[in-house]
Amino acid sequence: MSPTDIILLLDSSVRFAVPLMLAALAGLYSERSGIVDIGLEGKMLGGAFAAAATAAVTGSVWLGLAAAMGVSVVMSMIHALASINFRGNQIISGVALNFLAAGFTVFLGHAWFRRGGTTPNLRPDERFSNIELPFAAEIGQVPIVGEIYQQLLSGHSIIVYFAFLMVPVTAFVLYRTRFGLRLRAVGENPKALDTAGISVALLRYRALVVTGLLCGVAGAFLSTAQGANFSENMTSGRGFIALAALIFAKWRPWQAMWTCLLFGVLSASQIRLQGVEFPMIGEVPVQAIQALPYILTVVLLAGFIGRANPPKAIGQPYIKER
Amino acid sequence: MVEHQTTNAQQPSQAAGSEFAIDLKRVSKAFGPVQANKDIDLAVKRNSIHGIVGENGAGKSTLMSILYGFYTADSGEIWVNGQLVKIKDSSHALELGIGMVHQHFMLVENFTVLENIILGAEGEYLLASSMAKAREELTRLATDYGLNVDPDALIEDLSVGQEQRVEILKALYRGADVLILDEPTGVLTPTEADQLFRILEQLRDEGKTIILITHKLREIMAVTDTVSVMRQGEMVGTLATKDTSPEQLAELMVGRRVLLRVDKTPAEPKDVVLDVKGLSVTDDIGVPRVKDVSFNVRAGEIVGIAGVAGNGQSDLLRAISGMEAPLLGEIRVNGELVRFHGDDSASDARKMGVAHVPEDRLKMGLVTAFEEWENSILGYHESEKYGTGMFLSPKMAIAEAEKRIEMFDIRPRNPRLKTANFSGGNQQKIVLAREMDRDLDVLIVGQPTRGVDIGAIEFIHKHIIELRDKGIAVLLVSVELDEIRALSDRVLVMFDGEIVTELSPDASEREFGLSMAGVDPKEGA
Repeated sequence: MSPTDIILLLDSSVRFAVPLMLAALAGLYSERSGIVDIGLEGKMLGGAFAAAATAAVTGSVWLGLAAAMGVSVVMSMIHALASINFRGNQIISGVALNFLAAGFTVFLGHAWFRRGGTTPNLRPDERFSNIELPFAAEIGQVPIVGEIYQQLLSGHSIIVYFAFLMVPVTAFVLYRTRFGLRLRAVGENPKALDTAGISVALLRYRALVVTGLLCGVAGAFLSTAQGANFSENMTSGRGFIALAALIFAKWRPWQAMWTCLLFGVLSASQIRLQGVEFPMIGEVPVQAIQALPYILTVVLLAGFIGRANPPKAIGQPYIKER
Repeated sequence: MVEHQTTNAQQPSQAAGSEFAIDLKRVSKAFGPVQANKDIDLAVKRNSIHGIVGENGAGKSTLMSILYGFYTADSGEIWVNGQLVKIKDSSHALELGIGMVHQHFMLVENFTVLENIILGAEGEYLLASSMAKAREELTRLATDYGLNVDPDALIEDLSVGQEQRVEILKALYRGADVLILDEPTGVLTPTEADQLFRILEQLRDEGKTIILITHKLREIMAVTDTVSVMRQGEMVGTLATKDTSPEQLAELMVGRRVLLRVDKTPAEPKDVVLDVKGLSVTDDIGVPRVKDVSFNVRAGEIVGIAGVAGNGQSDLLRAISGMEAPLLGEIRVNGELVRFHGDDSASDARKMGVAHVPEDRLKMGLVTAFEEWENSILGYHESEKYGTGMFLSPKMAIAEAEKRIEMFDIRPRNPRLKTANFSGGNQQKIVLAREMDRDLDVLIVGQPTRGVDIGAIEFIHKHIIELRDKGIAVLLVSVELDEIRALSDRVLVMFDGEIVTELSPDASEREFGLSMAGVDPKEGA
């Protein structure tokens, strides 16, 4: 592999990693507040559909993004209502949302567009276009450093830059602001917050709004930046991988980014590895290679994570009592 | 949002016109059919330490929760500094200068002291400046009240006594002038408790008002100025501490005379039943907790293990009861070696005649979601008394449970009631009844009366002595030194995983104090 190949591989890794990063950060807000969010997948899927459908109908990708965020926030609020007000089982509520999204997107797609569940293809101006950083073409002539600038740093959609920006932003919010302090506290010991006179429910609602917004962006990225339409089950488990990455990162933003990038690299190399002859083994079936990122998820979670210390109050409905 | 105010000690007393910081009038509160508080009157003088005593379930905590805004009273008036108020929630109580130090600390374990203190009273959106301000304020509070805690230490690394200081600092930081402490010494060692009392006295002298809820009479006598006694939801009397005696208070609390001393005849120890040799135990991350411990317990004697909590007593109990395999050493019951093989060891130990009353009844002794009768047979459910073959007979089990309810005076007398609905003392009796009412050779008891009211303590102590007199070997672990001394025939003192010395229960406070700090009193100092 030449340096250029590696740069290209990393470039596509970033594209694979971005929706994971957004979803993992989304999950971070929810889980840090003490609400298990297994419904990241469903919210992304709902968001992806809303973005593609809205962009196709209105011709505006920004309206599409707004719709994605709106739909995802509404789904997140359903989860909040079930988990916070009705003290329901958060796993069940999340699974239900996933089913709801899987069914509804296809159903509405059929009803509205009659294309077998997909939305119409978006024209380039109806999608998030790639942004060329200044002088990308000129600097790109310089070997390696220039190529990194042109290929790896430049030429992504705005959502990619947003996702990378959200990592330090989340870290800052989490560790340096009042909201972050309370968010971390409410996931560990909601009583401590309640007795300090802060509403546990309100705080968790606010966290889940953020979760909804970020999942919406992740969904919009899939259907209007990476892809050009919505297709059935287009998230294909990314929400779950993001959740795994979040756990592997022990609910910390920077670590979540690195884990998502690692999954991104695996997904990208998976495509390159298809059809390659391995020494001694020969050609490995495509399916086995495609399974690599998922196998890695299992291996990482089972073997390398060490002691994961989840937020202590995670999954437990808060009941005010003595 | 609670605005942070500076804690100027004299501020409210100048502003107010009443000599009482808190004045409750005819406060009532019911939970369904249960009347938790009935027409309570309580006047707390400013700059005083006011104790509230009563048995578990007497309504002390409910009353304080009303004052702190956790519950709202059904009827009655609350006057704070001479003003009639309606306390809506805990942040409102804080605004009125009422701070609460809860029995179970309301701290975030993986936060620093500083983070815990500012939580909920951060002020600005960004933490940097509020943290700096809090740090300064903390230094001031530390010097004013002798409350020294490292602001950057993580809560999980602190001792229980230090955690409690953080709770007090939290309340003070929020500008509390009235501090309510709910059973503050339940988790403290005697030394830590004494330190707490010094702090409380200092707080009072600096102008704060303290309300101390407890069921320990020793504390009331040691530190309060005034004491109010509650019984079954009613206020039965308020007395000046110097004019009363523990006996009088105890009588008011339970409505009859109680024995504070345990009556027992000298032990008549026979053969060695439990024999522990060279036992070493490590915890789950490999830290040695028990180091080469040897001792024995004879039939018909009670051996007490004293020590400051966390010096290996719990780990010793876990090994002897078969819950955890020791690293080294052997345990013999009636000469027979206890073999450890995974998860069945605890039930094997039981089959060998070792009964175990675990230290923490909620975590290890009971399934609170079960009905009483189910807990009453738990661990012995394979016995023929409760069914035939692989089938359980609820009828037989309930009949047995009813018998034990009678024998141990468990209230309410309903084996079909969910265990969570029994009071702490009665839950403890359920565990004790289960472990004691059967063939046994060794009884291992951890903290038999933790969080249990006086009436039940007396009852439990009597039962343990009775068992000893029947010729059973009893190993007792408790952090209540008074309890160890009252019950035991011999006392072993543990420090840092080792048995430092053996003392007679009649040894002096000084000897106990020294050995619990790791110094063998026989060797000097």
